[in-house]
Formats: sequence, C-alpha cells, structure tokens
Amino acid sequence: MGETKKVEFEYSQIDSERMRLNVGPQHPSTHGVLRLEVELDGEIVTEVIPHIGYLHRCFEKHCEKMTYPQVIPYIDRMDYICAMNNEWPYVMGIEKLMGIEVPEKVEYIRVIFAELNRIANHQIAIATFGLDAGAFTPFLYLFRDREFILSIFEKASGGRLLYNYYWVGGLAADVHKEFKEDVLSIVKQVRETNKEIADLLLYNKIFIERVANVGILPADVAISYGCSGPVARGSGLAFDLRKDAPYSIYDRFDFDVVTGHGEVGTVGDCFDRNIVRFHEMEQSCRIIEQAIEQMPMDGDVREKLPKKIRPPKGEIYTKAENPKGELGFYIVSNGTDKPERIKSRGTSFVNLSVLPEISKGYLFADLIMILGSVDIVLGEVDR
Amino acid sequence: MEQQILTLYDWIVKLSSSNLIALIVVITLPLVFLMVYALVAILGELKISAFIQERLGPMRTGPWGIIQPVAEVVKLLQKEDITPDAANKPLFNMAPFLMFTAAYAGFAVIPFSSHFVPAGINLGLFYIFAMGSLAVIGLVMGGWASNNKYSLLGALRSVAQIISYEIPAAIVILTIVVLASSMNLQVINANQGGWFWNWYLFGGPGTAWKLIIIPVTFSMFLLYLVASLAETNRTPFDIPEGESELVAGYHTEYSGMKFAMFFFAEYANMFVVAALISILFFGGWNSPFGDFMNGPIWGVFWFISKSFVFVFVQIWLRWTLPRLRVDQLMGVTWKVMTPIAFICFFAIGLWLMFN
Repeated sequence: MGETKKVEFEYSQIDSERMRLNVGPQHPSTHGVLRLEVELDGEIVTEVIPHIGYLHRCFEKHCEKMTYPQVIPYIDRMDYICAMNNEWPYVMGIEKLMGIEVPEKVEYIRVIFAELNRIANHQIAIATFGLDAGAFTPFLYLFRDREFILSIFEKASGGRLLYNYYWVGGLAADVHKEFKEDVLSIVKQVRETNKEIADLLLYNKIFIERVANVGILPADVAISYGCSGPVARGSGLAFDLRKDAPYSIYDRFDFDVVTGHGEVGTVGDCFDRNIVRFHEMEQSCRIIEQAIEQMPMDGDVREKLPKKIRPPKGEIYTKAENPKGELGFYIVSNGTDKPERIKSRGTSFVNLSVLPEISKGYLFADLIMILGSVDIVLGEVDR
Repeated sequence: MEQQILTLYDWIVKLSSSNLIALIVVITLPLVFLMVYALVAILGELKISAFIQERLGPMRTGPWGIIQPVAEVVKLLQKEDITPDAANKPLFNMAPFLMFTAAYAGFAVIPFSSHFVPAGINLGLFYIFAMGSLAVIGLVMGGWASNNKYSLLGALRSVAQIISYEIPAAIVILTIVVLASSMNLQVINANQGGWFWNWYLFGGPGTAWKLIIIPVTFSMFLLYLVASLAETNRTPFDIPEGESELVAGYHTEYSGMKFAMFFFAEYANMFVVAALISILFFGGWNSPFGDFMNGPIWGVFWFISKSFVFVFVQIWLRWTLPRLRVDQLMGVTWKVMTPIAFICFFAIGLWLMFN
C-alpha cells in the first residue's frame, strides 16, 4: 500500500477569479463554531484563514473572581469531550503549590478515569472523522460504546459530560463497589468495537484513499507550531508527557507511545494522525488493566481534601497529556483563596494553528478531512 | 412484439370503450405506484439504517413507526417555502419540478408486467437514458439559480459525475441490447423467460456454451450497479450533496415542498435504476422458476420485489461506506470502469460472432 503517491493538483492556468468561501460557523463539519475563510481555485484550496472566538467565554478572566474549587467546573467546559483530563493538571498544580500528597487510591482512580476519558475522546475523534468522510454507521457504533464509559463516570461523579470530579487533594466521591468489573467489561467492549471499526472504516479502501497522503504535517513543522498529542505523534514524534515528564503514577505502567510511520502513505498524513488515536485506545486499555490490578479498593478518597484552599504565594506551570495533546495551566497565587491569574495552554488552540499550513493545495473535500484529523474542540480553542 | 397480447390498456379500452380513460389510467398508475413506493422507501431507509446502526428508528408515529413517512411529508408541506433574495426566481422554482418530471418520465417505459407497460415504445432503453440525462439540467438549474457557492459547487460536481458515469452505464446497456437485439424493454424481458438461468446475468437463453460469457455478464452487472449508484448520487458517490463538505450541495437553499420534490426525485431515480437492473439482468417480471407463479399478475410481484432488492442494496451501501473524493470518483469512471465496459462489450461481440 505504501506506494500510493500524493496527488498534485495544478492551479488553473486560465486567469480566473478565485472564489472566497465562508465555511462555518454553521457548517456540518467544522466541529463546532469554527469559521474558516477559504479561498478556492475551482476545488483547490489556495488559502485558509481560521476565524475563532465564537465560543469565547472569558474563562481566564472569570477565574480571577472565583475561588480555586469554583474554577474546576469552568475547566470542565473547556474541552468538554474529555473533562476529566482537563481537571487533572489544574488540581495537580494547586496540590503542588500547597504540598498535598494525594492518597494512593485517588491516584489510581484518576489514572483510570483519565484513560477512560482518553478512550472516549478518541472514539469521538475517530467517529467524527469517519463522519466527515461520509461514513455514518461507525459514528454510531463508537458513540454507543462511549455511552458505557459515560455511565461509569455518571456512577462516580453524577455527571455524564461535565464532572467536577477531580478535587484538590482527592476526589469528589468514591467509586462504586463493582467498579473494577465494570471498567474491565468496558475495556473488553472497546476492544471488540475497535476490531470492527478497523475493518469497517479505518482500513476500508475508500477511506484509505481519502486520508492517505492528505494533509501531510512534517515533523519539523509540527515542532515549530508547538503541536502535541496525536497530531505531533502522527508526524513521527514520540512526544508523550506520560513518558517524557511522568506525572502522578504513570511511571508504574507499561505502555508504548504510538507514532505514525506512514502505514499507507506519507508520515504525518491524516491517516497517521487518525491511526495514532486508534492505537492509543489500545494502550489506554493496557494502562487501565494494569491500574485495575494494582488499585487498592479500601481507603478514603476525601481524607486529604483541605478545609481551606489557600495556596501560598507563588506560581506554577503544570501540564498533563490530554487526549488532544499537552494541556498546561499557569497558576499565579497571591495567597488568598482566589487565583491571581490563570493562563491555560489550550491544546486544540495550538493544534488548530497548523491548519492553514497543511491544507494548502488540497481539494476542498480534503480540507474537511484535515480539519477532522486535527481533532479540535471549540470550547478549548476559544475558552 | 410478435404476437399481439391483450395489454392493460386494451383491456380498459374494451371495458370503457374510451381511449382517453384508458390513457389516463395507464398514465396515472405509475404515479400512484411512485407515491406509495416513495413512502415505503423512505420508511425502509429509516428502518434499515436504524437496524444497521443498532437503533430502533422511528417508533412513535403509528405502530412500529409506519406512518413516519406521511408525517415527514406533512411536515415538509407545512414548512415555509423560502426563495432567497439573490436567487434567479424562475429557474429556482422550476428546477425541482424539472428534476421530478425527468425522474417520473422514466417510468413511462418501465414494464411492470407482461401485460402492462405505460408506453411500450421500441426505443425504451434509449428513452430512459435520455430522461436520466435530463435530470442533470434540473441539478444545474437548482445549483446555479440558488446563487449559493455551495450549491454551485455541488451542481458542477454532479454534472461532471453524472455525465462521466453515463458512459460505462451506456456501454453496458448497449451490450445487453446487442445480446437481446432489441431496445424494447418488453422484448428484453420476454427473452429471459423460463428458468432463472435464462437471465442475462447468466448469459441469457442459450446452450451450455454460454458459461464462457457468464464472467463477462457478471462484471457487466457490477459495472452497471456501480454506475447507477453514481447516477442517483448515492453513497459512495454522493459527492454533489456530500453533507460534510457542501452542506447539502445543489439543494442547500431549498426548503418545504421544493426540497421534497428533490427528495422525491432521488427516490424515484433509485427505483428507475433498480428496475433497470432487474429488467436487464434479472429477468424483470419473469418468475425465476419456470412456470411457477408466472403470469401477468405475478409478474408485477416479481418485478417489484426484484427491484426492491436493488433499492435495498443502495440503502445498504449508503449506510456502510464512506464517500469518495471528486478526483477519485472521476478516476474510477474514466480509468477503470470505461475500459472494462469496453472490454465486456468487445467480448460479447466476439461471442455473438462465433456463436
């Protein structure tokens, strides 16, 4: 399969007018309220200008008027697909500022929920990517599985999408009694569906034709734009904070960093970005299985919750591997119960910036696929 | 045809002793059928997609949701009929009706039974093809007159697509014409009478020597199936209306009943190509088992059930496959399908020469 060549499209030789097409904010495939200003020569994309800000909610300014725990629900609403992962770097930062050691059990539950949410995120990413290509059925198969994961979250936190579950020093509530069995059955289900998805969608001939050699992102461009997560790993960069800067208890687990290697086309094309997500789901399953095995069931997840959250004066930058890449929070504390300043490094925002660079010269249909392969959530882009 | 059979038309003329009444009945019957079929097909699409995707589909409107298509039509009737300010109004209003007319006109020569075909003209196949091409004009009209960039892109794509896919489809049909030595759909059907091995899918009536050409006729069938998917703009060739790129393609700006007309035309076209497949390759109204359940009334049953199988195949593919890209779609037709169609044509010609 590796011999498929990138199709080069020639710009029209006739001195014709170029069409400026407005894609979004209300368009089926902009994954939210992104607006793209596209210049087309026939069907060939000559220029893409993303316009963002349609979902801006002043997250960072709001945080300055909130107490530390009150910020957590706002963080949920950044990347609402993987809210658990979002909360983690924030609470980790404040724990570091306050010098809190969280109990063993809390760490394990956090890892398991973060990885489950990573699976849920990648399921959506692959599902909507398939939907962009016109495959409707795999979309629903993946969403069905995601519901099981959300049910586990609901049992623990009460919310299906926005959890407010990772608290400073612990968790909002303990997990239920049959937690381990439920999680293992989900892992089994995820693996089964993944097999089906690989046959039905990812290695479908038509799908490969659509995504191979499209939207190639070379590794050096990925670095210079600050891409992270599957977008960077798809370009062959083995950059994963769980391995490179292990936080929490990730150093206890055995898992691989998946990178793209041009399986059906060129390294860093849409297929690679997507297949990295697919294989990462399997790695997450491995982490979950190990964590379930080691996790102690007794212990109080709320024992270390501080009565008052007043971090000492200081500042900290914490980062964690979000499903979409590196999510970082820069927290400045002035010693009161409200943060002086919170700045977040939104993964989707940084990854989106590479879109104009990699989508020039492809067809309009490819632009949609490239946007889908970058996997953005507008809640995090605009904040 | 050689022997004069008593057709439905003749029978009504005899009963009512009026040509006009007979004509009206013969013209109206396909329309009635089309209306009923569209409702069934819409429900079928909803339910089949639901089963493929492990959903229930519509369940609230009537038992098992069977009134859902009626509800949808009523909903579309109530919707405001919006004409954009910048649109070219006469063309904009005409396009959906032209589309539907072209689709419905195709029904004129479709033989529902050995005794019923609305217009048994000798150039039946040619006529169906001409009507199929007329639909392109409706598409371009709608796309251009909407004054919307998405509509325009969709219309341009669909013209390129439909015209390219007509070539392999036409060559395949030509091959059948050569085999049957007639363009009259009734004659083509009558030729395939008897058991199912007389179908053109299995080389048509003839001696055991026809086993040689069965691979050719099978590939012709597949070619025509693919080409017909492209002609009706169904997945994996639904590029003109590819919703993830072009919102809704040429009918982006349409609402209410005009949109319903486009919708209707699409379903009518689906049936026309399915009917053509069943006529050309599967014996049309002939029973597969010799004289078992054969006859003018059973013919309707066989014809419609065979056609519905291919309507089902179209729905099935739509909910399974992703969509191709424009250049790949053109590549498939010009680089793969057209040469294969020519080879098939050549092979059949050789076979007829030496047979």
